[in-house]
Amino acid sequence: MAVLSYLEAIRETLRQEMRRDSRIIIYGEDVGVRGGVFRVTEGLQKEFGEERVIDSPLAEAAIVGTAIGAAINGLRPVPEIQFADFIFPAMNQIIQEAARIRYRSNGAFHVPIVIRAPFGGGVHGALYHSQSVEAFFAHVPGLKVVIPATPYDAKGLLAAAIEDEDPVLYFEHKAAYRSLKGEVPEERYLIPIGKADVKKTGRDVSIITYGLMVSYALKAAEELEKENISCEVLDLRSVRPLDVEAILTSAKKTGKVLIVHEDNLTGGIGGEVSALIAEHALFYLDAPIVRLAGPDVPAMPYSPPLEHAFMVSPEKIRDKARELAQF
Amino acid sequence: MDPLKAFPLIQVLDEDGRLIGDRSQVSDDQLRAFFRWLTILRTLDQRAWNLQRQGRIGTYPPFSGQEATQVGVAAALSPDDWLCGSYRDWAALVYRGVPLYFPLLNSMGHPAAGAFPDPVQALPVQVVIAAQILHAVGLAWAAKLQGEPRIAVALFGDGATSQGDFHEALNLASVMSAPAVFVCQNNQWAISVPLHRQMHSQTIAQRAIAYNIEGLRVDGNDIIAVYQTMKEVVERVRAGGGPVLVEAVTYRLGAHTTADDPTRYRAREEDERFRHGEPLARLRRYLLASQILSEDEMQAIEEEAKGLVEQAVTDAASYPPSPPESVFDHVYASIPPQLLSQQEELARRVREGRRGGQSHG
Repeated sequence: MAVLSYLEAIRETLRQEMRRDSRIIIYGEDVGVRGGVFRVTEGLQKEFGEERVIDSPLAEAAIVGTAIGAAINGLRPVPEIQFADFIFPAMNQIIQEAARIRYRSNGAFHVPIVIRAPFGGGVHGALYHSQSVEAFFAHVPGLKVVIPATPYDAKGLLAAAIEDEDPVLYFEHKAAYRSLKGEVPEERYLIPIGKADVKKTGRDVSIITYGLMVSYALKAAEELEKENISCEVLDLRSVRPLDVEAILTSAKKTGKVLIVHEDNLTGGIGGEVSALIAEHALFYLDAPIVRLAGPDVPAMPYSPPLEHAFMVSPEKIRDKARELAQF
Repeated sequence: MDPLKAFPLIQVLDEDGRLIGDRSQVSDDQLRAFFRWLTILRTLDQRAWNLQRQGRIGTYPPFSGQEATQVGVAAALSPDDWLCGSYRDWAALVYRGVPLYFPLLNSMGHPAAGAFPDPVQALPVQVVIAAQILHAVGLAWAAKLQGEPRIAVALFGDGATSQGDFHEALNLASVMSAPAVFVCQNNQWAISVPLHRQMHSQTIAQRAIAYNIEGLRVDGNDIIAVYQTMKEVVERVRAGGGPVLVEAVTYRLGAHTTADDPTRYRAREEDERFRHGEPLARLRRYLLASQILSEDEMQAIEEEAKGLVEQAVTDAASYPPSPPESVFDHVYASIPPQLLSQQEELARRVREGRRGGQSHG
């Protein structure tokens, strides 16, 4: 089986899907000739032509707004927002239009689009190339929000997102693009959206997380094994819909829950996950739920020591998990 | 450049209903049909206003004064063409085949008003100003990529031209040479804000220059001018001529919605000036003077319109209310487990005879 980077897995999935379905088009800023600023779409315009891999004007609301129209006319657009930080001009089109048109047309129209966007920090990207934006969208009924943690998941979740009849936001962590590598089967497969995955089983503490933080949590768990602390790592895979059953199963099993995300603490996914556990599994808990997240500051600073201070790291996860295990 | 000269107002009937231009593209029969439709729509609009005042429907945005533009635009389209309009564009939708009771259903809150029966090709009415203009570009551009002959028309008001979505849409359509027509119904007012506070440009049509597309300014109260102009525009756009911006100069005769009172911000003199040239009165004068329709025939049409509108009121009033559980319909293609448990909890309350209340996952 081929070993691919996270980025290569996404590119090869786009290629495979576009070969399979001629309705799929990719467009966004610099995705064509340049192949994207991170090279995710490199070579795709060459293979599929300028009519299917399109360099769009620099206007995020237009990218998403026209994707909605194109989807209604029968295409399967996979627009790219160059950085998640720049998705905000398109918020109205995503939240009010893409997410709601099925509802307000009483089922007459729906919008099968996949909006891909690189997100996340720790890459010295400064304030406007580092943000985590998933919580804004996870709040919105009608949307699905997928954040893969491994090259294998990146492929199966992207194929599933493209096949989905509803709008899906697909967030790719920039630090994962080249640092994460793994085996990816050649043949097409789908990972159902809304199903979490136990990436490591454990007895003492459940670390519930998603995206890049999954690999950080696995590193932390590995270190804690040496101290005879056994952590379970649950990868949510999608933050909307959440896999409630998997969350509760893990929480009930270990009785101690650490929720980890890079996104800001307040109003983040961790709040929703902990509310679900409090509502449905309170009496299984042996310790208060703990959240480890990016601090509530407006953005990821450019200054290296400050960026380091912001970022969640394997060490921070390890320390929190240890404290929780010893509670 | 003088924009008023570069974009002269295309007019066939003047304010008094005198023929001052060429009407060779519109037959007498078509004019009779237009008069009938304008009458039906005006009757519906006024009835809707009264129904709101009686508490029988909710908030309603009247389109009176804009029927000529909306019908003229809709009449110039082929059945497969897309129409993307706003909350004030029910006249265009009804002309295209949406049942007459749908605008009433919409103001009563029936979700069914969002799904137009086949074969009407139109998006549900847009409330967020200008957002539908981008959808029209996407529809048009996709049709072009898919080799379909259909085009897309966006309807919007003068206020929408201040929005970023308007400019992004025109730019993208121009770059992609998308077969889209942008029809701005310049009705002079965005709720209480007059046009001169909306923009410093002299015309809306002149904005086409910036995008290197064709721009036209037509008298939106003159159905012959609107229809003939749109016929030509639609043909050119369908043939691959690229997008076109049409400014239809019209006037909102009524309030913004039933929740608004224009006497608080609009001078009576202005109102009277525009009222004189309003589309139905203008067409009526012309048809009478040219003996295309007699007073008696017009009266018969007005009677017919009243009957049709009464039937629409009955249809809307007898439309079955939505079952509470249907609040969960059409969120996703298939309902996710968390939403299903919320729906089940609500269904339980309903079974127990309690009204829909709090529900959680």
